[in-house]
Amino acid sequence: MGHAVAIIGTGQTHCGKRTDVSYPELIYEAVSRAFEDSGLSPDDIEAVVSGSMPPAMEGVNNPHLYWADAMGAGGKPLIRIATCGSTGISLAHAGFYHVSSGLFDLVLVVGAEKMYEGNPQGVMATVADPFFQRPFLAGAPGIFALQSNEWAHRYGLEEKRVRMAAAELSVRNHTDALDNPYAHIKVKIAVEDVLKSRVIAYPVRILDVCPASDGACAVIMASERMVRKMGAKPAWIRGVGYCGEEAFFGEGDKVVWQAAINAAKTAYKQAGITDPRKEIDVAEVYNPFTFQEMLFYECFGFCDFGQACELVEKGVVMRGGDLPCDPSGGVLCTNPIGATGLQRAAEIALQVTNKAGDHQIPGASTGLTHAMGGLDQFNGIMIISNSL
Amino acid sequence: MSGESRILEGYVSLPYKWAMGAATTRFFEELKNKKIMGTKCPKCNRVLIPARSFCSHCFEKIDEWKEVSQEGTLRTWCTVNFSYEGQPKEPPYILGIIDLDGADVGLPHFVGGVDLDDFEEAAKKVHIGGRVRAVWKENRTGNILDIDYFQPVE
Repeated sequence: MGHAVAIIGTGQTHCGKRTDVSYPELIYEAVSRAFEDSGLSPDDIEAVVSGSMPPAMEGVNNPHLYWADAMGAGGKPLIRIATCGSTGISLAHAGFYHVSSGLFDLVLVVGAEKMYEGNPQGVMATVADPFFQRPFLAGAPGIFALQSNEWAHRYGLEEKRVRMAAAELSVRNHTDALDNPYAHIKVKIAVEDVLKSRVIAYPVRILDVCPASDGACAVIMASERMVRKMGAKPAWIRGVGYCGEEAFFGEGDKVVWQAAINAAKTAYKQAGITDPRKEIDVAEVYNPFTFQEMLFYECFGFCDFGQACELVEKGVVMRGGDLPCDPSGGVLCTNPIGATGLQRAAEIALQVTNKAGDHQIPGASTGLTHAMGGLDQFNGIMIISNSL
Repeated sequence: MSGESRILEGYVSLPYKWAMGAATTRFFEELKNKKIMGTKCPKCNRVLIPARSFCSHCFEKIDEWKEVSQEGTLRTWCTVNFSYEGQPKEPPYILGIIDLDGADVGLPHFVGGVDLDDFEEAAKKVHIGGRVRAVWKENRTGNILDIDYFQPVE
């Protein structure tokens, strides 16, 4: 595992349509809050790791050049990482690698997106190869609708039951987002609203789908030596797992999804977790689509394959349940893509250090954070705990 | 800093020329002749479509060509009811992943030949595990859309 690493500060912007600030100013807002939270200043930081979606999203190529000042990156090593939806968890992992290697004691990790500045679906349409997949797999909802249908069919799940469980998850996310000061979509909805909402890509309806948001997230990671020296309140990174698969969508099994299963297994092994359902107190599962969140429960061993609906029906994954998921309101209510995966890690760091405010899960000491990306291709997991 | 924040409007439009490589070039040429060709990995023996010059699992170079069936099983499907920039056709339409007989990789493509105005009826014809067959365009120009769509067969 290398040297121990902790998250000692987080900063999130308010998310939504942020025409009040430029792209660097948005990042400055997140980074400033991370400094405020950690008590550090830019001079303390030794290296900067940054990331976002394909730069066509904002129309500025290699945007980390443009962001540099807003991250206090002058005079420091600076890289940019892009793995689509999983960018944020890739960022968290890369920050971890920097410190765990022993090369750096304090690293700033930044994810950002300004999705109102361009044409998000149009940009995502250019993520697929131009020869074979682009005409069919462009537009994220289609890919996830294909995956959802296959999942429900594989286990013979009754459509009505799956729909109801998905609707309950949508309501849970929208309700929880009301308690997260940084969340984008803040509306009260009921199960009926979800069931009646417009079909985007059957079986997926508009209230099963995440928004496009402007937002940024910053996280400061520190070595054990620095944590002790500063007397910081650490959220220790106990395990990391990441797994990708074939570039061609039709190759892999997206139901018993090896990329997700392997990422979780690797992280669990490092963290010494053998029964995730019992040992994890809170999870931020990447959930741009309600159906997909249920599929992840199975891949992460929260339940057996084909049993995810039951976790929703019994309230296990709701606040107050055994394994509350996405108490922040999740990706479903806030999705500045380059920041989204890092927000998951920041949220779990807040949870295990009892700093999550109105959406705090009481007594949470170990959490799972996750993001998915590529062309339904990559999965990354991080286990974060308040003890080493 | 407080005060007004104005918007600058701009446009970025760039042309590209994408080299296909020999495997994709031949695959598209064969489509003109209504043939769907895969390549077979010498190590894992999987038949990969569209044809590839190397195996995605074994990293082996591939030279052996195999024609696969124009008929297969629908692995999964969905409708697309939303619009986006660069979309190949007007929504609503149906997407599918098709496991063609003789191929070891599913092919994403359109599922067509059903009336989407009556969704219940369409969903009876388009279902996971159902059989579908390629319907070809009259004028084929050597690209993946030479297959117009895959139609459910009884």
